[in-house]
Amino acid sequence: MLSRTADNLYWLSRYMERADFLARIIDAAQRLATLPTAYGGTGSEWESTLNAAGALDGYREHIGAVNETSAIYYLAFDPQNSSSICNCLEFARTNARAVRTALTIEMWQSINTAWLEMKRFQTIFGKPGTIDRLELSRFLDFVRKASLDFDGSAHRTMLRNDAHWFSRLGLYMERADTTARILDVKYNVLLPATEQVGGSLDYFQWTAILRAVSALTAYNWVYKSSIKPWFVADLLILRPEMPRSLRSCYDDIVRLLDNIGRAYGKQGKAQAMARETLHKLENGDMKDVFGMGLHEFLTQFIEGNDGLGAAIGAQYLVHDDEALFQGQMQSQG
Amino acid sequence: MPLLGQPGIGLPVLASILVYSRRKRTATDQLWMALGLLGFSTKSFSVSGVRSVANGRFFDEMTKPDGLPRAVYERVNDWLASAPPELLASRRSQAELMFRRIGITFAVYGDKDSTERLIPFDIIPRVLGRSEWTRLEAGLKQRVKVLNMFLADIYGKGEVIKAGIIPQDIVYQNEHFRPEMRGVKVPHDVYVHISGIDIVRVDDHDFYVLEDNARTPSGVSYMLENREVMMRLVPELFSRHRVAPVENYPDALLTSLRSVAPKASGSDPVCVLLTPGIYNSAYYEHSFLADKLGVELVEGRDLLVRDKNVYMRTTQGPQRVDVIYRRLDDDFLDPLAFRPDSALGVPGLMSAYLAGNVTLANAVGTGVADDKAVYTYMPEIIKFYLGEEPLLKNVPTWRCREPDSLKYVLAHLPELVVKEVNGSGGYGMLVGPHATQAQIAEFAVKLQNDPDGFIAQPTLNLSTCPASFESGIGPRHVDLRPFVLSGADGVRVIPGGLTRVALKEGSLVVNSSQGGGTKDTWVIDDFEGGQA
Repeated sequence: MLSRTADNLYWLSRYMERADFLARIIDAAQRLATLPTAYGGTGSEWESTLNAAGALDGYREHIGAVNETSAIYYLAFDPQNSSSICNCLEFARTNARAVRTALTIEMWQSINTAWLEMKRFQTIFGKPGTIDRLELSRFLDFVRKASLDFDGSAHRTMLRNDAHWFSRLGLYMERADTTARILDVKYNVLLPATEQVGGSLDYFQWTAILRAVSALTAYNWVYKSSIKPWFVADLLILRPEMPRSLRSCYDDIVRLLDNIGRAYGKQGKAQAMARETLHKLENGDMKDVFGMGLHEFLTQFIEGNDGLGAAIGAQYLVHDDEALFQGQMQSQG
Repeated sequence: MPLLGQPGIGLPVLASILVYSRRKRTATDQLWMALGLLGFSTKSFSVSGVRSVANGRFFDEMTKPDGLPRAVYERVNDWLASAPPELLASRRSQAELMFRRIGITFAVYGDKDSTERLIPFDIIPRVLGRSEWTRLEAGLKQRVKVLNMFLADIYGKGEVIKAGIIPQDIVYQNEHFRPEMRGVKVPHDVYVHISGIDIVRVDDHDFYVLEDNARTPSGVSYMLENREVMMRLVPELFSRHRVAPVENYPDALLTSLRSVAPKASGSDPVCVLLTPGIYNSAYYEHSFLADKLGVELVEGRDLLVRDKNVYMRTTQGPQRVDVIYRRLDDDFLDPLAFRPDSALGVPGLMSAYLAGNVTLANAVGTGVADDKAVYTYMPEIIKFYLGEEPLLKNVPTWRCREPDSLKYVLAHLPELVVKEVNGSGGYGMLVGPHATQAQIAEFAVKLQNDPDGFIAQPTLNLSTCPASFESGIGPRHVDLRPFVLSGADGVRVIPGGLTRVALKEGSLVVNSSQGGGTKDTWVIDDFEGGQA
């Protein structure tokens, strides 16, 4: 398939997943921001949320002082924020239009419908300060549904070939990245058992994290225990049965890259990198992670994941001419 | 750490895309606009639509002057008479829903807020009888065969010019003439692989060619989608007719494209469809066709040329490309050969083409054949190559470069449409019946100073077909664009085409950006016992 088509499919999924992530962390932050300090409210919820979205620097540059109204506007609607929810949906649709023929009707309709609905919300939330809480929660629900709808139609209707694999690859790459980011923002409350501090003070923060990734119920099933911070980290990093965990994402990433490698009769750097990361996650335990330092672990993971993204790009999505022909010589040789 | 974004996403649209989008209107568009300016008025049918009489000034394709339907339309007429207005209304809104869901839209240039619109669709089919179609088809084949012969000749020996059939300056000084193509042999001498010949009727016998589209004609996706929608929308009307299918068009197109692949490309040539990209007004059609053809839809940046061969960039490395169905104008194909500012093309593409390593469909330089000035010579050109009379008529045209014609035109300015040969977008045009005395006088001077630069045509009484509206059924002016394919195995016409209809009452403008709509076009078997 065309490299550009693969690129469009890959980024289409990434942007849809990213929109979903942003909707979830806004929702979580709203909950936390209403907590009294005695229950763990810190007053810096929006700062850490902007940070998790990788948007804090941009926010400070464009907006300045952090407050709830401006933070929500910046994360959800601001055209200046290249990763605002609206930009994500806009870019997702731009990618989708460019590969109409590689999408199923259902996928196209899910994106197109979402985009039209987003345009409607944009007219309601034209500028900061016009955001009504009820309407906002409708908007966030809509974004999560749109992402589910797209995900479901991709899963149910796409032919299982390289188009599908690149599309899913984008999804899991993005999901791994955002899960790590959610954890990283809260790493200070996810301390190992031996260093237990805070106790119930952080309870609501932990549940907020779980809620943000739709894992609150899953936690109860897996651990059958009250919420413990190291279990939260374990669930989202190492647990293979947890669909957003780093481990689970890399199970899928490795599988998809293997499918592509097999179909093309050729493996490359991307496959090797992904396998190496998966190997670490399979064989690691939380003691190692906390021993290394959770923040250090997550930072390294995010960088490694970005590195894998670059390798996938270079191997399949965007070639310079020399690399394109060199690749071919190798495969013929 | 910021979230990583897709390289290049969200950047401003490339300047050259904007340039491309602002290119001039086609000659047909101009003509429609000119005719539209005349503002003919027609009387509306009454709601029942059966016994009312069409205005005698125009040939109505359904209703004869005596109020009875023509034979081919009998069953459509019965259906309209028996269908309650609510039924038609509900079908109309269903149609709109279907089109919106499928996403058949077109972009309107210069309209930032609504980049995608729906072309209005009229649910009453336009009907042609088999015997009418057979005549039209023969004429189309003859015409396209000659367009190909003409192009092979003017880029070859130039016999048609040597024989004095057409003045050489009209050909060689033409802005669409490509000197690069001189002496180049294209596979099977086919230049115009895909053409759309715009046809109008003024009576129940003659078909007039309004314009030959020999570059990158569009509209075929509407022909195909209109039929799909109609089959779901009015099954009861289909069941009363035997309608020639159009759905095999993509198959026929692919066969034609593969038949003209370079010899070296082997038994399974790789075809692609080259689009200017998602900002082009016909992008929907490009992606639709690529999908139906089962070929890759590529943009210029997906292709590259190395050692005079064309490759596409794929996830598995470079892949050789043999045939390019390009929906990109000559000017933009290759920045090294033509417009250097084109970011839509492929650097070096012409070198690969001239080396015979890739086939472009349509060939480079076909614009000469659908030029306004060349058009006026088509009847003589047909006679020259085939020794036959043209089966389709040209709209009578006075070439002001000829003294007798100039004299006639000057004497009849108030009733003629006078156009600049190289004019575009309706500029430099005189619409006699709408012009003031002063404008006519001014134009007469211009004409005398530069007679070579002008042609003149009478205003045509275009035929009408019934169309369905909230207020009832009324006759509206129509044209027809049948699609003609040429390959190594000859010329093929798909029975039907795109009927464009001027939905505004009395308007002759069928242009989609000017309130024009489309209709499904049926070629039906003649009814038993009656001649269609």
